[in-house]
Amino acid sequence: MIDFGYTPMPITVHNMDKADLSLAKWLAERDETFNHCISCGSCAATCTAGKFTDFSFRELTHSIRRGEISKAFSESEKCMLCGKCILVCPRNVNTRNIVMLIRKANQIFKP
Amino acid sequence: MKEVAIIGGGVTGLEAANKLAQLGYTVTIFEREKTPGGHVAQWDRLFPNRRNSMEVVNEFKSHLNGNPAIFLSTAIDKISRKGARFTLEAKGKSFDADAVLIATGFELFPAEKKEEYGYGIYDNVITSAELEAMFKEHGYPVTKSGKQPQRIAFIHCVGSRDEKVSRPYCSKVCCVTAVKQSIEVKEAIPSAEIYCLYMDLRMFGPGYEDLYKEAQQKGVNFLRGRLSETSELEDGRVLIKTEDTLSAKPLKMSVDLVVLMVGMSPAEGTSELIAGLDLKPNKDGFVEIIDQHINPVKTKAEGIFTAGACTGPNNITDSVNAARSAAIEIHQYLSSK
Repeated sequence: MIDFGYTPMPITVHNMDKADLSLAKWLAERDETFNHCISCGSCAATCTAGKFTDFSFRELTHSIRRGEISKAFSESEKCMLCGKCILVCPRNVNTRNIVMLIRKANQIFKP
Repeated sequence: MKEVAIIGGGVTGLEAANKLAQLGYTVTIFEREKTPGGHVAQWDRLFPNRRNSMEVVNEFKSHLNGNPAIFLSTAIDKISRKGARFTLEAKGKSFDADAVLIATGFELFPAEKKEEYGYGIYDNVITSAELEAMFKEHGYPVTKSGKQPQRIAFIHCVGSRDEKVSRPYCSKVCCVTAVKQSIEVKEAIPSAEIYCLYMDLRMFGPGYEDLYKEAQQKGVNFLRGRLSETSELEDGRVLIKTEDTLSAKPLKMSVDLVVLMVGMSPAEGTSELIAGLDLKPNKDGFVEIIDQHINPVKTKAEGIFTAGACTGPNNITDSVNAARSAAIEIHQYLSSK
């Protein structure tokens, strides 16, 4: 077969009918502040790890809410647990605890 | 005794009438519907504390004891100046007054104008007002086939902040109404999955932000993005499409029920009514006030005052405050005559 150099486009649409929201539910059950996020981005703006990597707590939790959990566990490893994000969060989201919970979930949910 | 005519028997008209009667004027309300209370009387519960709306309406109505008097099913077609007084005309009848308060309120945005949302075309696309009627009737929403919906989408800003339908302004109250209704649905059907599709969440009033957080705590999902279109699936459910702007990706999902948060539009007939007094509506079509900061209840026409949602989208608190403010302005005007 001739290789024309084209591949199928990856599907970029969030299909909420097929989204796996089990991790989002699991996290909200263990830390209700998971649901309090208003996506302001304060956590990501102040993030020490985010200065050197593409880590963003907001993006991480947002993709979990949309059922994209395949990268969540490796992403959560980028956090240095410094806790600056807890200090800036206007909604008192217990961000560090949520990172710890995601790491813990890695042992339970096997993506 | 000097006479004041109030056009509109919603909470604004009722409260202004009550205060003016207390100040010693003969007050008459003209209401075009069969019952007083306006839109508030059509609602089940009110934000932010979810009290029964009839509690509020009944409190305002309780002062209707001859003065103020109310004429129901009486639509005023024309107001004209006659010397220092005014003549108001309704079907075959006419009334005189020394001052007039325009409190004609608003109309809900006709959702069928956003044709791509499918209102009036698909069975399971309803408005926020229809959801309130369902709460009034049986305490929970139902789909067309009579089932309890398991997945519901609330669509914010329908007929608000939308130049395509000539409603460039924010209707103020729909954000918090959607949050209130989403909590009520969640309480009525705990297993229901709820999504609010918003552009911004404008939680401007006391207790509104708390209500938003309460909705989040109860598991309501908030999705930033404007609905692009709906389509009906074979089983009568509705497919909705939007962009999840926070992850910059298109998003689709099927839902059992779509609730359109219809905004406030200018009441029909009000601009024709004020045209007889050489008053023009403002750029959004509402009654124009003299000065937004210094005098929010006066119009350019002497002796004609205005209050409530006919001057632009208002919540009950703002309307009642405007009603009382108008009562004082009318009192000052009539005392100096």
